Amino acid sequence: MSQLLQHLINGLAAGTIYALVALGYTMVYGVLKLINFAHGDVMMVGVYMGYATAFALGRQAQRSLWGVVVIFAVAMVGCALLGFLIERFAYRPLREKPRLTALITAIGISFALSYGFQLDIGFLPGASPRAFPEVITPSEWFIIGDRDVVIWNWQVISFLIAVGLMAALQFLVYRTRFGKAMRAVSYDHRTAALMGIPTDRIIALTFMLSSALAAGAGLLYAIKDTSVSPLMGLYVGLKAFVAAVIGGIGNVPGAVVGALLLGLVEEFVVGYAASTWRDAVAFAFLILVLLVKPGGLFGRVAAEKV
Amino acid sequence: MAAPGVTTLTDVDAGRVPPALRGILPVLIALPVLALAEVLLGASPFATYLLSVVGVNIILAVSLNIVNGMTGQFSIGHAGFMAVGAYIAGVTSLSLKEVALSFLPVAASDQVLFTVALLAGGTCAALCGFLVGLPSLRLRGDYLAIVTLGFGEIIRVVVQNTEAFGRALGLSGIPQYSSVAMVYFWVFLVVLVARRIAGSSHGRSLWAIREDEVAAEAMGVDTTGYKVRAFVISSFFAGIAGGLFAHFVPIINPGSFTFVKSMEIVVMVVLGGLGSTTGAIVAAIFLTLLPEGLRSLFGALGAEGSLAQKVDQIRMPVYGLLLVVLMLARPQGLFGTKELWDVLPRWLPRKKKGLT
Repeated sequence: MSQLLQHLINGLAAGTIYALVALGYTMVYGVLKLINFAHGDVMMVGVYMGYATAFALGRQAQRSLWGVVVIFAVAMVGCALLGFLIERFAYRPLREKPRLTALITAIGISFALSYGFQLDIGFLPGASPRAFPEVITPSEWFIIGDRDVVIWNWQVISFLIAVGLMAALQFLVYRTRFGKAMRAVSYDHRTAALMGIPTDRIIALTFMLSSALAAGAGLLYAIKDTSVSPLMGLYVGLKAFVAAVIGGIGNVPGAVVGALLLGLVEEFVVGYAASTWRDAVAFAFLILVLLVKPGGLFGRVAAEKV
Repeated sequence: MAAPGVTTLTDVDAGRVPPALRGILPVLIALPVLALAEVLLGASPFATYLLSVVGVNIILAVSLNIVNGMTGQFSIGHAGFMAVGAYIAGVTSLSLKEVALSFLPVAASDQVLFTVALLAGGTCAALCGFLVGLPSLRLRGDYLAIVTLGFGEIIRVVVQNTEAFGRALGLSGIPQYSSVAMVYFWVFLVVLVARRIAGSSHGRSLWAIREDEVAAEAMGVDTTGYKVRAFVISSFFAGIAGGLFAHFVPIINPGSFTFVKSMEIVVMVVLGGLGSTTGAIVAAIFLTLLPEGLRSLFGALGAEGSLAQKVDQIRMPVYGLLLVVLMLARPQGLFGTKELWDVLPRWLPRKKKGLT
């Protein structure tokens, strides 16, 4: 029983991080109908930015509250810029082209980033994973019974940060002018443009927002894993994408539910079966969901109009 | 060719070759060439290896082109099917190692068993293609992409966890039955099939799906059926390519069939032109030989060994950038849907018109 509870907690902690990344996929899909394959790799770049900042700050400063804030801020702003550049130079010229063209471009960017970062030329970090500094000194906050169930401080903190970011996003999308414009673009971007909404700017801002969220999520993931590697974006990104599809891509609450579900399923597979099967399970789960409900759990299957 | 102004494929050779011979003419030309190549290359193991790799990549690119190019779907899990073929064929060969057909000489018996193993691998891959294709081809293009990717990953994990497949260590000691002639026999076969499909009414339906799925369906094309069939044919040949690969490399392990391999094939197809069989062939040859060429160039120049090693590292990010640049500058790829003879300069012999 206590083992079950522990897995539940670990699964939820992993799920909230997936959720932050999945939200980025879902928002971009909402406004552009594009699967941003490079999303996970933008996240990876963000983690490296945070890593570099942590080193620049030094051992003392990186553990203070302000140090952590600076690390997150640098990574999130840097990633927003990167997201802007990718949107401006790779996706915008292709907006009126067939969707497959943009998808191939996204795969290309993902590939260029994740393998470009494996080179050890210039500032690029090289292929081997590196230890991410302990910006949050791990300690056990809640212990139930004789160490049956342990909740770590970073689990609580990352859960709170993730929930805070999600709440901020919810506010932004449903309570602000920008959010209203974003939803209008998502509904029909041509009509939105006719109504005087600057669609290009809204799409660019959506990209920046989703990239910043990804950077935050990536840092939380790196703190959990205490490591950073060029390929982390590919795998975390894929899992988060699976989560977004399970929840119904384009649907904001769906992405969160899908991510929590995926986090739990993975944790239970690792806990009760074998950890070597973990990577296969996410995809098997995805195929299963798509078989039963092709639009995802909360998505609508839109009839194709001509 | 001899008949200017005539526009269909079958008419090109008309009047020169008797109809009964037309279908098998390519085989009659190819067989002596293959035999010659086998004799000439017998001395150089490296050339044999390189030619085999080129051949396997051609099979992969041409077969993926049937799905990604002609049908307009986007599969990025081709290496998964290749892995199925490689492992099934490898295990079959390993278990038949001691068996010899008594009524045949040893060499011939080996080749027969090799063919059996290849067909077993191809069939299993085709079966997987059917299983993946049936549910996922009802989905939209981008969902298909992610499901094929997921399938590739699942295959890799299954192999890593199966004792019979050697887990992460891989399979070694598979008899080296493969030969350049065998590889290029299958190259020839896949090109023949791809070209025949492209020109047939089956192919017309595939092109229709590629251009507009809704319109195709409205015209009475059974879109799901055609997509699944394209998928099965494509994965069969991917399985064959895997089987061939398993029989000329010393060891196969899950690392040979990752997402990276799938991407390599996708880049070949996109570079050559989505829908162009000869484009896929040219791109496969080019992209296989280029890194080898650069590596030996750096090696010959006496550059520090690290530079030659870096070729392999730099290949991947360059592929990524290549995709981006291609999509921005020339989204149809080098040849588009045209074939080689459509883009040749005027003074070279050319067919009057491609299929599309």
